[in-house]
Amino acid sequence: MNAPAYNFAYLDEQTKRMIRRAILKAVAIPGYQVPFASREMPMPYGWGTGGVQVTAAVLGPDDVLKVIDQGADDTTNAVSIRKFFVRTAGVRTTTSTQEATVIQTRHRIPEMPLSEGQVLVYQVPIPEPLRFLEPRETETRRMHALSEYGLMHVKLYEDIARHGHIATTYAYPVKVEGRYVMDPSPTPKFDNPKMNHCPALQLFGAGREKRIYAIPPHTEVVSLDFEDHPFERYRLDGTCALCGATDSFLDEVIADDRGGRMFVCSDTDYCEGRRTDQPSVMEAASDRG
Amino acid sequence: MTVDDEPLLIADGLSKWYGRQLGCCDVSFRLYEGEVIAVVGESGSGKSTLLQLLCAQLAPSAGRVLYRMRDGVTRDLAALGEAERRFLFRTDWGFVHQDAALGLRMTVSAGANVGERLMAVGWRHYGRIRDTATNWLDRVELDRARIDDSPQTYSGGMRQRLQIARNLVTQPRLVLMDEPTGGLDVSVQARLLDLLRGLVADLRLSVVIVTHDLAVARLLSHRIMVMKDGQVIETGLTDQVLDDPREPYTQLLVSSILPP
Amino acid sequence: MTPALELKDVAKTFTMHLQGGIRLPVVSEVNFSVRAGECAVLAGPSGTGKSSILKMVFGSYRCDHGQIVVHHSAGWTDVASASPRHILGLRKRTIGYVSQFLRAVPRVPALDVVAEPLVANGATREEARDSAAKLLGRLNVAPRLWALPPATFSGGEQQRVNIARGLLPELPILLLDEPTASLDPVNSDVVMELIAERKRSGTAVLAIVHDPGVRARIADTVIDITCFAAAA
Repeated sequence: MNAPAYNFAYLDEQTKRMIRRAILKAVAIPGYQVPFASREMPMPYGWGTGGVQVTAAVLGPDDVLKVIDQGADDTTNAVSIRKFFVRTAGVRTTTSTQEATVIQTRHRIPEMPLSEGQVLVYQVPIPEPLRFLEPRETETRRMHALSEYGLMHVKLYEDIARHGHIATTYAYPVKVEGRYVMDPSPTPKFDNPKMNHCPALQLFGAGREKRIYAIPPHTEVVSLDFEDHPFERYRLDGTCALCGATDSFLDEVIADDRGGRMFVCSDTDYCEGRRTDQPSVMEAASDRG
Repeated sequence: MTVDDEPLLIADGLSKWYGRQLGCCDVSFRLYEGEVIAVVGESGSGKSTLLQLLCAQLAPSAGRVLYRMRDGVTRDLAALGEAERRFLFRTDWGFVHQDAALGLRMTVSAGANVGERLMAVGWRHYGRIRDTATNWLDRVELDRARIDDSPQTYSGGMRQRLQIARNLVTQPRLVLMDEPTGGLDVSVQARLLDLLRGLVADLRLSVVIVTHDLAVARLLSHRIMVMKDGQVIETGLTDQVLDDPREPYTQLLVSSILPP
Repeated sequence: MTPALELKDVAKTFTMHLQGGIRLPVVSEVNFSVRAGECAVLAGPSGTGKSSILKMVFGSYRCDHGQIVVHHSAGWTDVASASPRHILGLRKRTIGYVSQFLRAVPRVPALDVVAEPLVANGATREEARDSAAKLLGRLNVAPRLWALPPATFSGGEQQRVNIARGLLPELPILLLDEPTASLDPVNSDVVMELIAERKRSGTAVLAIVHDPGVRARIADTVIDITCFAAAA
């Protein structure tokens, strides 16, 4: 029995055309959610089908692909998706942010700054930033069309009234090119400033919700806030136990069952990169750990 | 209030059919600044349809609604773009529903409810938004300590007062009310009516109030329009129409009230 | 001198649709005038249309025929054919009306009931309340009552609040329906003195008064309205 032969990157060419058209539209209207005919993919909804479809549509044989999940290259999801593209497209893969030409990510933006020519593909669960306050799709579409975003600030107001500060720590809403309000996907708000005037192309795919949106390179992306409660990047106060970084987004890891814990960089590539440069830091850290 | 100033709202031959069912027919009137006009009638009279037509929530089958914008230019509501109409609805107009839950966001706090319109027109200072909301809560006699509570924890009368605050925070010139005291206890009604009287006078609001309660009409309105089966039966000064009713239906309405 | 108020050929009939459409004529061919500084009193038995005439002048009743001409600073207006808006303007700036009974609004304190017309005309609340307090004081309404809504007051107290409300704005035309009916001699005196003051400052007063003593004191002319009785 012959093994099944896949079209390059799994999707047929017509589908890729349809997705590319949606992407072009999205790039032409930064932050605007473009509906697209999301296909059945060999993984269920909620496992990155939107991101996979976008990646499949933009991938070429000479591309170098990196896939991360919560910043790590080696979690199950990242590994599965990477294997998927190796199988269906045969492209070269890497864990290095700087080497990659296409990076598919779930819920984090890499620490290393991106450069022109790179494409960052985000996996998005709920693309509509107003959904939690306004359940009607008809109404939210109108609000975007008419730029009626007062409701977004109502949510932030509620946070401050309830918690004394804006409590949203991820999926923090942003305004793109002064026009559309967008959900940056569940990336920590720590990552929001990286989206602003980023030289890379940022694409967002929501498979279940069937929406694609985009931020073209060098586009203004501003996090929403109040004059007297300005946006603040939130980061755990600590140092990475492996590489000593004080400026990267940290994960908290439970080290043993006696309450021992340590902080490590969420971005594994960044952390490794720092460690190969400074082996002594790692040794010192493991003495402490 | 000189007699030469222009009307704020003009209804001109407004008619609405729902298929073959008549909503209202050929309604015309002019509303001036600081004036309250009551539309009274029993169920099915067309008064609620009229209200929806006046704020462009429904498109008329015939006739037009003209509104004098803040810049002094009178415009046909049908000629406005949707964005303009929605903007008017959020700033220059108020709509008080009979069921306060329809006019409020029940899932956010009272303060956010009052502040929403301000945020919608670009206010970006949390402290100022909150202060303004607090002032309005005081004004409608709500306990300012409950500013962070959800309206779900409020009584009917409190919700109604919150709805009024939410509508008036952007200082609209025209307020439409649909049976604002309906379903409330009499003592609560009295308090609400008193509040409305005061606010109408202080803010020089123009109001179209739909009610089936003639006592409410007498208390709040300068002029009255009596409707039945979609038609305007009689119109004029409130005390004139209620004290000296001319039409048979009006006489019937007035004589049907039970004295307490 | 042009009279402040002129009634020309005024007629009114009630049509009772609920009682089979029977017509009740009230008055017809009413002709009289009142000059500034003068008090005219309508006289006649009960039910002959005196209150109706007053209400027609104020615009509370419609009139079927004729003209009710009110002269004011901007010219003149025929109440019988004026638009509601014009009549509202007249009530604000030209014609004051003291009805026979106070229509008590729930919850509003007596002081504010009296002050309201001044506030509506642009006075500050403090100024209006001050003036209201002075007038209520003259009418012997005890200060402890000022903060209470008048609904629970006695008939006489309510009537004095009503009178204060009607007289405070000092409008050029004043309509009074039995102003002293529920008052004791002391307060009747005060009211009559107030009316005299208004006359001296040029107000035209049209009043309904049954008591001959009061009539003698305030009336410059007595108009017997039985001659306006409409043929049934």
